[in-house]
Amino acid sequence: MSHLLEVKGLEASYGPTKVLHGLDFSLERGGVTTILGANGAGKTTTLRAISGMVTRKGKIELDGTELVALQTADITRKGIAHVPEGRGTFVRMSAEDNLRLGAYSRSDRAGIAEDIERVYGYFPILKQRRNQQAGTLSGGEAQMLAVGRALMLRPQLLLLDEPSFGLAPLIVQELFEILKRINAEEKVSMLLVEQNASLALDLADHAYLLETGNIVISGTSESILENETVRRSYLGY
Amino acid sequence: MDLFLQQILTGIANGAIYACLALAVVMIYQAIDHFNFAQGEMAMFSTYICWALIAGGVPYWLAFFATIIISFLGGLAIERIIFKPLHSAPVLSHIVVFIGLVAIFNSTAGAIWDHNIKTFPSPFPEGSFGGLIGLHEVGMFFVTLLLLLAIFCFFRFTRVGMAMQAAAANPDSAGLVGIRVGWMLALGWGLAAAIGAVAGMMIAPIVFLEPNMMLGILLYGFAAAIVGGISSPGGAVAGGFLVGIIENLAGTYIPAIGSELKLTVALILIVTVLLFKPNGLFGKTIVTRV
Repeated sequence: MSHLLEVKGLEASYGPTKVLHGLDFSLERGGVTTILGANGAGKTTTLRAISGMVTRKGKIELDGTELVALQTADITRKGIAHVPEGRGTFVRMSAEDNLRLGAYSRSDRAGIAEDIERVYGYFPILKQRRNQQAGTLSGGEAQMLAVGRALMLRPQLLLLDEPSFGLAPLIVQELFEILKRINAEEKVSMLLVEQNASLALDLADHAYLLETGNIVISGTSESILENETVRRSYLGY
Repeated sequence: MDLFLQQILTGIANGAIYACLALAVVMIYQAIDHFNFAQGEMAMFSTYICWALIAGGVPYWLAFFATIIISFLGGLAIERIIFKPLHSAPVLSHIVVFIGLVAIFNSTAGAIWDHNIKTFPSPFPEGSFGGLIGLHEVGMFFVTLLLLLAIFCFFRFTRVGMAMQAAAANPDSAGLVGIRVGWMLALGWGLAAAIGAVAGMMIAPIVFLEPNMMLGILLYGFAAAIVGGISSPGGAVAGGFLVGIIENLAGTYIPAIGSELKLTVALILIVTVLLFKPNGLFGKTIVTRV
């Protein structure tokens, strides 16, 4: 498998505060990679740096195309869909309009209509809620809408920022099963950021452990699961 | 009863003025998520451009549409040149710039075209409809409805219209679906300036053209937008007529108000609606579950 995304020496800062101190990592095509870490380790910032939402330095290459010089909208158009922390749905619009906007950069009408149905296939509840204002959806439904909206881009890479946050365990389980299906059926590569390490390692095939802006451990999910430090600090057994 | 009917019709005629400007207010609100206090002065300046074109021998309708295009480009330029560098500045900085723009447009218009009152032609025939309401007011009523229909279709049925609302409501997420947020803001400014220009050109034949023509009217425009619902173009138009009618009836039947304190009615309406129905009478309630 060749690398889809290649990140080298990635630094990011909020004003004078540097948050990432030169990360090197790569994502395999079609794979699911997770970044684990405690609060404030820089997980969300890593995703925001890839999407061009923070000031950043270093190299980020998607299939050989350099992304650091591009703005968020143009990075999205290269095929990176980011499901942000807090879901970021357009709360005043209907669920279906949110999906439509997910396909904003596409112009193939028939394909868009088809993909809306496909998203409804993965998340049947969204079909029932299609005309409902997105702000009135429950947390789980809103997260499904956020993932659905990201899929409407037909992305090569899906960035997921704590999709389990604030959701009931059963809903989380359902959501992660669907993510697994999406990865298998749509061949979408995923970069998943999670606090819930066991959940993330279950879905991912590769993992990186981030501590205060540096990658400290990396490897396959199996090897990370067996790592003593990870088990004690992040899995709690 | 005749007096009552007369006042209602006068109210509708005034309301058409407010409704027209309220549409420009709603447009900018949809694009930048707050008010633009320089909206009235921009509309006034556009009207002067049209006046100068007509005075230079350009036929009315040609001047009318040329002014719309010039205003659109002007609005676009204001966003790109002035507001883009201020992008991440706090709202207060924007408000200071709005006030600066008010002063700049007002004094520049005075410097170029002097402060003498000028008459501005109406595209509609003279006379009145059954002696009750002027034909210009009737024409303006339909122009406002036409504008409303255009705005409604733009926001509801076009990709760009939806993207513009998305960019205003949640710029981060808009970027993440591939919307170029900066250009959406610029487009919003352009469209608001163009709608403001139409409002100015419709209002000027009634209030006469002079640099301060919009000062009071903008306040009514804000009142109309707030009463109707700032998120709803249809509400803003309904609000415009409502404000016009209430203001006239209050002026006639409440002796303490008379014609002197009519503007106060608009202010009272703004405060009352914000207190009891912050989304306006026709505005969508924004619900967000957490």
